[in-house]
Amino acid sequence: MTKTPSNVSYQVMWNRLISVVEEQAQALVRTAFSTSVREAGDLSAGVYDVQGRMLAQAVTGTPGHVNAMADAVAHFIRRIGRQNIFEGDVYITNDPWEGTGHLHDITMVTPSFFKGTLVGFFACTAHIVDIGGRGFGADAASVYEEGLYIPIMKFAERGDVDMPFIHLVRGNVREPDQLVGDMYALATCNEIGHRRLVEMMGEFDLADLEGIATFIMENSRRATLERIAALPRMEAEGALTVDGFDQPITLKVKLTIAEDHILSDFAGTSGVDKKGINCPLVYTKAYACYALKCAIAPEIPNNHASLEPFKIAAPDNTIVNALHPAPVALRHIVGHFVPDAVYSALDKVIPGVVPAEGAGCLCNFQVSLRPRSDEAAPKDAVRAEVLTFNSGGAGARPEHDGLNATAFPSGVMTMPIEATEHTGPVIIWRKELRPDSGGAGKQRGGLGQYMEVGAMEGYEFDIQAMFDRVNHPAKGRRGGAQGASTTIAQDDGSTMRGKGKQFVPHGRKVMMAFPGGAGYGEPKERDLALVKRDLARGYISAETAQESYGLSPDDVAEVLEAVRLGTTS
Amino acid sequence: MENISIRLGVDIGGTFTDVVLEKGAERFSTKVLTTYSAPEDAIIDGLHQVCEKAGTSPSDIEQIIHGTTLATNALIERRGAKTALITTKGFRDVIEMRTESRFEQYDLNLNLPEPLLPRQRRYVVEERVNAKGEVMIDLDRAKVEALVDEMVDAGYESIAVGLIHSYLNDAHEKIVREVIEEKLPDVMVSLSSEVSPQMREYERFNTVVANAYIKPLMKSYLGRLKGRLADEGVSCNIFLMHSGGGIISLENAADFPVRLVESGPAGGAVFAANIAASYGLDKVLSFDMGGTTAKICLIKDQTPKTSRVFEVARTYRFKKGSGMPISIPVIDMVEIGAGGGSLAHVDSLNQIRVGPESAGSEPGPACYGRDGKHPAVTDADLVLGKLDPDNFAGGSIKLHVDQSQAALMADVGDTLGMNATEAAFGVAEVVDENMANAARVHAVENGEDLSEYTMIAFGGAAPLHASRLCEKLGIDRLLVPPGAGVGSAIGFLRAPFSFEANRSVYMKLSEFDPERIKTLLSDLKQEAVSFVRNCDAEADILADFKVYMRYTGQGWEIPITLSEQEAMNPDRETFLALFEKDYAKLFGRTVHGMNVEITVWAVNATTPPQPVPQVPVTQGDSFAEASGQRDIFDPALGKTTKAAIVDRFEMATGAKVEGPVAIVEDETTIIIPSSRSAVRQVDGCIDITAKI
Repeated sequence: MTKTPSNVSYQVMWNRLISVVEEQAQALVRTAFSTSVREAGDLSAGVYDVQGRMLAQAVTGTPGHVNAMADAVAHFIRRIGRQNIFEGDVYITNDPWEGTGHLHDITMVTPSFFKGTLVGFFACTAHIVDIGGRGFGADAASVYEEGLYIPIMKFAERGDVDMPFIHLVRGNVREPDQLVGDMYALATCNEIGHRRLVEMMGEFDLADLEGIATFIMENSRRATLERIAALPRMEAEGALTVDGFDQPITLKVKLTIAEDHILSDFAGTSGVDKKGINCPLVYTKAYACYALKCAIAPEIPNNHASLEPFKIAAPDNTIVNALHPAPVALRHIVGHFVPDAVYSALDKVIPGVVPAEGAGCLCNFQVSLRPRSDEAAPKDAVRAEVLTFNSGGAGARPEHDGLNATAFPSGVMTMPIEATEHTGPVIIWRKELRPDSGGAGKQRGGLGQYMEVGAMEGYEFDIQAMFDRVNHPAKGRRGGAQGASTTIAQDDGSTMRGKGKQFVPHGRKVMMAFPGGAGYGEPKERDLALVKRDLARGYISAETAQESYGLSPDDVAEVLEAVRLGTTS
Repeated sequence: MENISIRLGVDIGGTFTDVVLEKGAERFSTKVLTTYSAPEDAIIDGLHQVCEKAGTSPSDIEQIIHGTTLATNALIERRGAKTALITTKGFRDVIEMRTESRFEQYDLNLNLPEPLLPRQRRYVVEERVNAKGEVMIDLDRAKVEALVDEMVDAGYESIAVGLIHSYLNDAHEKIVREVIEEKLPDVMVSLSSEVSPQMREYERFNTVVANAYIKPLMKSYLGRLKGRLADEGVSCNIFLMHSGGGIISLENAADFPVRLVESGPAGGAVFAANIAASYGLDKVLSFDMGGTTAKICLIKDQTPKTSRVFEVARTYRFKKGSGMPISIPVIDMVEIGAGGGSLAHVDSLNQIRVGPESAGSEPGPACYGRDGKHPAVTDADLVLGKLDPDNFAGGSIKLHVDQSQAALMADVGDTLGMNATEAAFGVAEVVDENMANAARVHAVENGEDLSEYTMIAFGGAAPLHASRLCEKLGIDRLLVPPGAGVGSAIGFLRAPFSFEANRSVYMKLSEFDPERIKTLLSDLKQEAVSFVRNCDAEADILADFKVYMRYTGQGWEIPITLSEQEAMNPDRETFLALFEKDYAKLFGRTVHGMNVEITVWAVNATTPPQPVPQVPVTQGDSFAEASGQRDIFDPALGKTTKAAIVDRFEMATGAKVEGPVAIVEDETTIIIPSSRSAVRQVDGCIDITAKI
């Protein structure tokens, strides 16, 4: 018989599990091949008990994955069957509905055995650059066109990797080396977590994880429920409209604050789109839950119990609950707007906590480069796929300006342009802040950014645009002004669309301006010292300083002269 | 260097300036409060103190080695010069946009650190080099001249130049420098292609900006110091410790002051490496725990592990990403907010949390009796019996157990239904676990198994916690050296002259070009050697060659060490075999069928290590006499034990003790739990091993 560990031991073990999954995530960052994982941190990792309940997640990673992953392991257990789970197994899927929302996320799960007995699971997810099909973009009419679908299955059984499976995968994707490399990286990452878990169980003389699981769950549930109980018991509605693909999309949400849970009900939301911007419910839930946790219980770590009181409902076949076989490749676009929708309702429950609307979805694009077709191309020209992650401005907060060119709600990083230019014959001509794009307000919205992209001599390309807020800029709160909207065109002035694959001929550049966040509070109430600072830094122009904030022409001249003389900071 | 008999090591830290004078085999040291307004004052003060102790005069000193936290502090406190950046058009905001992410994802009120230079101090020029190093847009000299003219009135003292892909082609950066030197001869210029010729614009630009920002300050300080020392009669050369664990000339340090960041902790690692050498230990974990932070470093083959990038000035609970990246060769250390002053509380999850907030020296931990109401790690240590309330800091500070107990109950015990001892146990376990986790993660990241390691512990709080850490990490042997309070300054005296030159240049193994490699490594060697030659015109200089390799497509490179033979006769198969061996060690397997590439090339030139006398290790031949006994809580047993008290300075060479025991000295107490025994070695080290 093992003795019952003390409270202090459980404290130590909980810390340890959080450290174990962090280490798991770091291992993934260091071994992954896709730039999205290694440079942008688009990944997540977690540890689960035998029932598939998440005990801890890595801080490294992005919210859309982790909350979705909280549900994923239960699907694996059901699909594989407990009787077929063996030591040395590794499972895999990219099922959008049972994984993390689109085919481009590979989730791998490894059962963890200790002294011959199943004691838990490790899971991790990573966004890979290509999965075949039409390529990463919104153009498919169904999930069948979006790439290779991997149902929940064994990647390895009792330590032996399924080589015919690898062979099949290699034959169906554009960057087989990267993808297979990433699959191994994911498996390694779970293995690292497993080894550390086994060490911990030995050290604390544990036979299973039941005791520590109960300790984590009880404390997390209690703390979360305390936060919910502190809110007014009420209902509140909110809505948000964004561009969508061909027609605008409205997200409607009604929050019900109950004693022991919060329900986000998306009834009334637009139906599924013909194009691949639909969102499986699991991903909607991830971002609804993330938004609420940030506002209500930010420091409670994510696990089964702390996530459970955040419930979600949405009618089938709405864009936030797209069912198979709806196309879902760019599910992040709708998913990233879910927090703004939830906040429009939550602001009525707890005023003065949540930010104004921001850029919302990441401003991503993928460039498919190939030798020019209009004239002879260089002999050594090769094809290449380059994906970049970029951010617009975040919404202003009640007490702070919005963050400039910073992802929210997504947790991913941008890639260095020098690294991007080493992955293919692409040239990023410009990547810098976009003045005047932050909505005016007592607190100013975060600035968006300019980007310009072209190809090396001898290449032409398709750009897969994944932008929103072209026609629906971020809206301000409490008198704050809206942020600037997205613009996209070629350098010769020819227009382009915010979404979809578009051809760019040899020698042309794509000029993009990503949206700013909205302002919070009346612009006239803004501290004049901050207006002057913004003018000095060039976050706002002299016109905006005068028109939106009422700075006098003399003040403007004084600030600009001070800049010239180097006396501003 | 072997002929030098009187040498001085000086470490300016945040609170104290440590001065150590070595005269032959004798060592004299002192601690003086750091004098921020004129740091050289404390040095002069300390210099006279140690000279007096040693019965020598400043003019007899034959070499001074100096490390300082001034560069780091200037970055943290933003006390640098009026500085501008000139960069490629289209990239004005690289240092402000950072990674476009939030380092803390659940904080809606998060603010990111301001860049070192606000936007109006960042200027652009039209030019462009591509990822192959080819010029796509020529730099127009006339436009640079016009820009510099425009900048004149702002009165900049220092200008950083950082252009896209300049690590591959520095021609444009050099033109910009020429123009500035022509038009503004008094302004200092730093080029990113010289300060940090590495790929990734955010890190490189931030590093060159940091260098430019602190350059006027450091240049002036070093100049003043040299003058003041000369006034005191010092005629010898003054050298500077750099972040990579070696020494460079004062003039080179003034040009590349960013290399001085973290020189103090680097000295600590060199100190530990030197102890490792004297015991012939190849795998050592150094553990330095002070009042606010703990630092952990892996030392393999008696050489501290180095890295190419690190983060300074973290603004948010020591969190990764909340500081600014500096890409220079640096001793790779994990720093966490865990020290004797770290405060404990219980969070909403009923979890005990410790640090990174610290009680500081005012009011200090509750036990100081200066009105500190919150429990610190020191309070937990006191309640557990690890500290003697009547003999702390040589008896100069009386500790109040009752106040520690009260604070522990109020902030921890009452909430969790624990008594004061249990609460103290909880706090100590959590802080020890935090440090152990940091060590485990660091080891795993480096593919190391800590159970094969020996720990070397120094810093005021380390001896109280080191044995427990060893228990948690499965480490069987722990050394606590004497002089641990001035470890960094002693480390300076053990460091070689060295300089690492590195550069990002991409080469796939499928396009392996032996001639180009030979040229590249020879150039880097020449560059690195020239820095060392500035310090010593005659010494032998050794070169270590390193290439950073990865599978094509990965973003994380692993360092592969080459022998001079392998570097100068490059062979594709050898490079591949070395890479695969290390990769498999780190990640468990190699990846079949993938191309491999080299991304960064580095040459470290160094003078040969000083011969280190080996310590003849004794297993102990006598038992040390106890001066008393007290109750000490043993966390591994989960109960209080009767521990003997032994005075460190009463322990003769070969004297042995069996845990539980507390070995006391003025500066600290070495806690040896029931699981361990200890022997005093001839060099004064307390050698603690797990009982069999």
